[in-house]
Amino acid sequence: MVPLSCYLVLSGILFVCGVLGFLINRNIITIFMSIELMLNGVNLSFVAFAAQWHALSGQVFVFFVMVVAAAEAAVGLAIIIAVYRTRETLNVDRVNLLKL
Amino acid sequence: MTPNPYLWLVPLLPLAGAAINAFFGRRLPKGTITAIALLFCGAAFAMALFLAAGFSSASAPYYCDLAHWIRSGNFQVDFSFYLDQLSLVMLLVVTGVGFLIHIYSVGYMADDDGYYRFMAYLNLFMFFMLTLVLAKNYLVMFIGWEGVGLASYLLIGFWFTKDSAAAAGKKAFIVNRIGDFGFLIALFLMIQHFGSLDFAHVFAAARTMSPETGGAGLLTAIGLLLMVGASGKSAQIPLYVWLPDAMEGPTPVSALIHAATMVTAGVYMVARSSAIFDRAPLALTVVAIIGTLTALFAATIGIAQTDIKKVLAYSTVSQLGYMFMACGVGAFSAGIFHLMTHAFFKGLLFLAAGSVIHGVGGEQDMRKMGGLRTYMPWTFTTMGIATLAIAGIPPLAGFWSKDEILWKAYGASPVYWLIGVVTAFITSFYMFRLMYMTFGGEYRGAAAPSAPGHHPPADNAHSHGHAHGDPHESPGVMLGPLVILALLSIVGGFVGYGNRFEHFLAPVFQGARDVAQEASGESASHSLEYLLMGVSISVAALGWLLAYWLYSRRPQLPARIATSLGGLYRAVANKYYIDELYAVLFVRPLIEGSTTILWHDVDQQVIDGAVNGSAHAAREVSDEVRHMQSGNLRSYAGWVAAGGAVVIAYMVWMGVTH
Repeated sequence: MVPLSCYLVLSGILFVCGVLGFLINRNIITIFMSIELMLNGVNLSFVAFAAQWHALSGQVFVFFVMVVAAAEAAVGLAIIIAVYRTRETLNVDRVNLLKL
Repeated sequence: MTPNPYLWLVPLLPLAGAAINAFFGRRLPKGTITAIALLFCGAAFAMALFLAAGFSSASAPYYCDLAHWIRSGNFQVDFSFYLDQLSLVMLLVVTGVGFLIHIYSVGYMADDDGYYRFMAYLNLFMFFMLTLVLAKNYLVMFIGWEGVGLASYLLIGFWFTKDSAAAAGKKAFIVNRIGDFGFLIALFLMIQHFGSLDFAHVFAAARTMSPETGGAGLLTAIGLLLMVGASGKSAQIPLYVWLPDAMEGPTPVSALIHAATMVTAGVYMVARSSAIFDRAPLALTVVAIIGTLTALFAATIGIAQTDIKKVLAYSTVSQLGYMFMACGVGAFSAGIFHLMTHAFFKGLLFLAAGSVIHGVGGEQDMRKMGGLRTYMPWTFTTMGIATLAIAGIPPLAGFWSKDEILWKAYGASPVYWLIGVVTAFITSFYMFRLMYMTFGGEYRGAAAPSAPGHHPPADNAHSHGHAHGDPHESPGVMLGPLVILALLSIVGGFVGYGNRFEHFLAPVFQGARDVAQEASGESASHSLEYLLMGVSISVAALGWLLAYWLYSRRPQLPARIATSLGGLYRAVANKYYIDELYAVLFVRPLIEGSTTILWHDVDQQVIDGAVNGSAHAAREVSDEVRHMQSGNLRSYAGWVAAGGAVVIAYMVWMGVTH
């Protein structure tokens, strides 16, 4: 059996990849995908712990995260389309009208 | 103790008059204003007479509980009124003299724009003064005490467009506040140690305590603090300075408030608290010393004043000193007796002075009067009677009461008596000086309309209609009160004949009477009493003769004496520079300290600094941190990530505990 630590290391790597991708990329779509990556990194640690401790609640929580992620994807993509239609760009550095 | 359901009506009647005139007076015709003011004040006088008619020493004191006020645990204060022999005397004096002065004011203030205001204030004063004398506990008395101070302030500053009048009003109010401070502390001490402010309760508690002959104790402290209050209200050293300035008010006000009634409130309060003073010999001695010194001190200032009202003002301070001297030697009834006769003749003197001022067109400087005897015979006659009374010429009222005080003072200590006699001589001198300068010789005033500038336009009570050619006699509405008061000044002393007045008041001063009798030595020979009486009569006559010689026979002599005395005369004429001394010692340091330290330092630097500083600091900080809100999505994410990293690092470092 694969030890728990391997899952957690993979989960950490996925999460850090997501964070770095979020910070480095400028394209909104890529940033959006980075967020999904972070969520799934966390999901992985949830199911790993659930399997380890034979506790169902971790797996249930993953479903909740997936549902929220799906909703978020729907709303997020809608926002991205709206931004692209008005500003003709997907570069986040140029979407900064609200700053002081 | 007998309940009397009508007692509360006496003070409330003038309040109703004051309210009507204050709220609707502007729109009412003058006749109605007069009718309301006189009606309500007269009703109070009628009530007082009614109460006096039904008064019997057997069932006294009467009381009337109107309403609850403060209920806090065992401590309670009610709105309740109280009538015993002492309050009855005060009640009759206040309502009687007050009513006469109301009538006089109708004539004196007839042409003033603020007529309704004046009448409302006068009625308001009557309400507070009657509350003061009819109070059943110290707190209700304090309402009246503060209220008469307010009325006094309003009336001194009645012609408030005149700077000096407004300043005099403020001075009176502030100096009185110093005295009230002492009074309040005394009340707090009573609450703390007796748990009550009710007269009966406090005095019963005080009587159970032994006299503090050895040293100063609680009762001495209360007595001294009460005396601080009394010296503020009754213009004694060191707080007398407001009274001469208070002469800026209209003359009926000077007569009513600053001669006959309000300034005697301190004497009344000390006499009322006789049970406390009786157990505090030290406080009583202080009262006697302050009274004696004030009597002499103020009388000497009175010699050199040239303003007719200022002479009377210092005379009032001096006579109040006599009353305190009497209280201080334990002769409370003699003090109250003098209070009553003083109300008659000093009220009359002021009203007559007002009549003179009215007659010569607003002039108050006696050097510009003279010879008025032929122009205003009624005023001359009545004022002459009052002068004889205050000088102590028998058988007028002042003789009886002053002689009573001097006799009692001699029993306590010949020093008091000696100073009292010297004061009596000076009193006689400056009063006859006033008479000769005003009524004797030739008229020295300009026979032209009153010079504008001496009296500002606000004082238009005197610049009525017709031009002031020659001095003229005042109208009948002003002379009536003069005549009545003159009659009272003649016969008022006889109530004290054969110690009847003293016996009447005896139940109030039960405890104190023993001390007084002990002191005066009832066994002392009558020949001594007659000898002392002879001395006081002869000094009065001497004062008269001296004034006659200096101001009637040799009118040029006083100026020569004044120049030869030089510095001494200037010191007296300038009131011993007491006002200047107070200005240097208290007023200017206070103003300087308030301006530089309290205003510029504490208020502007510390308080404003704290408020403005916190706002400034918030702006500075936000100016720095607003750069975090860059609008750059990735920098926000970076802060979130960094924050998350810090939290995780902390948890890893410290370990996660449950």
